[in-house]
Amino acid sequence: MTATDPIVVNLIVFVLAIFVGYHVVWTVTPALHTPLMSVTNAISGIILVGAMLAAGPAAFDWGGWLGVLAVALASVNVFGGFLVTQRMLEMFRKKEPKAKPSAPE
Amino acid sequence: MSANQVALWYLVASVSFILALKGLSHPTTARRGNLFGIIGMAIAVVVTLAFIFSVTRNVAMILVGIVIGGVIGALVARRVQMTQMPELVAALHSLVGLAAVLIAIAAVNNPAAMGLPVPLPTGSKLELFIGTFIGAITFSGSVIAFGKLSGRIKSAPVMFTGQHFVNLAIGLAMIGFGVWFFLAPADVHWFPYVVMTALAFLLGVLIIIPIGGADMPVVISMLNSYSGWAAAGIGFSLNNPMLIISGSLVGSSGAILSYIMCRAMNRSFFNVILGGFGGAPGAVVAGAEQKTVKSGSADDVAFMLGNADSVIIVPGYGLAVARAQHAVKEMAHALRDKGVNVRYAIHPVAGRMPGHMNVLLAEAEVPYDQVFEMEDINGEFGTTDVVLILGANDVVNPLAEVKGSAIYGMPILEAHKARTVVVNKRSMAAGYAGLDNPLFYMDKTMMVFGDAKKVVEDIVKAID
Repeated sequence: MTATDPIVVNLIVFVLAIFVGYHVVWTVTPALHTPLMSVTNAISGIILVGAMLAAGPAAFDWGGWLGVLAVALASVNVFGGFLVTQRMLEMFRKKEPKAKPSAPE
Repeated sequence: MSANQVALWYLVASVSFILALKGLSHPTTARRGNLFGIIGMAIAVVVTLAFIFSVTRNVAMILVGIVIGGVIGALVARRVQMTQMPELVAALHSLVGLAAVLIAIAAVNNPAAMGLPVPLPTGSKLELFIGTFIGAITFSGSVIAFGKLSGRIKSAPVMFTGQHFVNLAIGLAMIGFGVWFFLAPADVHWFPYVVMTALAFLLGVLIIIPIGGADMPVVISMLNSYSGWAAAGIGFSLNNPMLIISGSLVGSSGAILSYIMCRAMNRSFFNVILGGFGGAPGAVVAGAEQKTVKSGSADDVAFMLGNADSVIIVPGYGLAVARAQHAVKEMAHALRDKGVNVRYAIHPVAGRMPGHMNVLLAEAEVPYDQVFEMEDINGEFGTTDVVLILGANDVVNPLAEVKGSAIYGMPILEAHKARTVVVNKRSMAAGYAGLDNPLFYMDKTMMVFGDAKKVVEDIVKAID
């Protein structure tokens, strides 16, 4: 048997990751769908990894500048996405235990 | 740092991302989940930086880019208002799309720098083509969605004759130039590549303009999905498992959200994409019989609420527009002090993106255990004394249970089953679906016209 082509390995990873994503996302409570969206925004900022490769070539030419721009754009996603998610989730913190009424529920 | 070491660290980062999503299953674990996400991202970035440093030593410009983008991102995250979340999310999607296109262009320009063979083999070109066009569609589509959500572009659908045919022709032309790009030798492949990219940008615009304001929750979920596929596409091009895994997670998340939103609006995904909904006049049901509504004042409502045992509040987007969340929370608080059981019922499409209303209520410090999803509270309306509907319309329209109506089959909050119903609206105007709402004309229904914030504040005063 010859070595597996990288594209086949990529395809395997791709399909399995979709399955994992599908099953994990269905467990997310509907109340947190907006934070889910902002955190996936941040995670899709992972494209930063690709942008870094483009921005750090041995010989820096105009393609390198496109890479730097891509790095900056992806960083907005990473920082903006995680921080705004953090901000939203702080609001979902349990508070005011005193507010529990004595009324029958 | 060896390629194997990098790949293993990427595995750790990927697992962290999965844990980040898993954390969102409950508000108590969500913050820890976000922390996992941040850790995963930090690992991926530091490892990649170390790898690039060990190969080319050229990391200065990368750090400059990260600092610039990071500062902008942090400022935006701090300043954005919760009502503006849909715009922010759309804007962030567009950035991922544009970054994907830029990376693909850089890879075509200098394949060796990205670890690709020179000249580019046809397989790599195919992957770059896919990464480029998904990225371009994500970018221009998200820019239009951002414009519509932020009011910079009119949110009404833009339709013209032969629209679908034009889209199809552009799509086919784009694929045609893509094939030319695969087959052309490296010295002449720029022309088809550039034309293909331009067509993809155009297609993104044309796909989103016919979709109206009411369908924005679907559009924004769909673009969320696209941004993930764009990252995964670039991952295929660069043989990078980190991008493939993260992109797939995001892609499937967006796809599930699109499905949930479509189901909540009783519309097929295909139907939304073809567009034209939300803003069109819509088929108004003939209402020849005399229609009289009973209207009342804030004092009347306060009296009814004060004497009730159980109250369910149904907040709609009108509430958020009037910025009445805090006043509503005050009202609920005052009623709870009187021993009234107050709960909130949230329809999946309340607000302009999935889960938007939950965030708006959380911002007003409404405890999340008083807030219920549609499935969990629909059985309770029958035994509820007063339902207070604030700025919602279509999601409580009982026509959804009438065969033949335009919204037949749409899941609704069954407010009409309560003993009494109070509806606050600014006017008798129809909702997005363009339908009249029989709920407003029922004997047990009282309408209170006026700005939600003003009305609720008056109710609070009258309760005290």
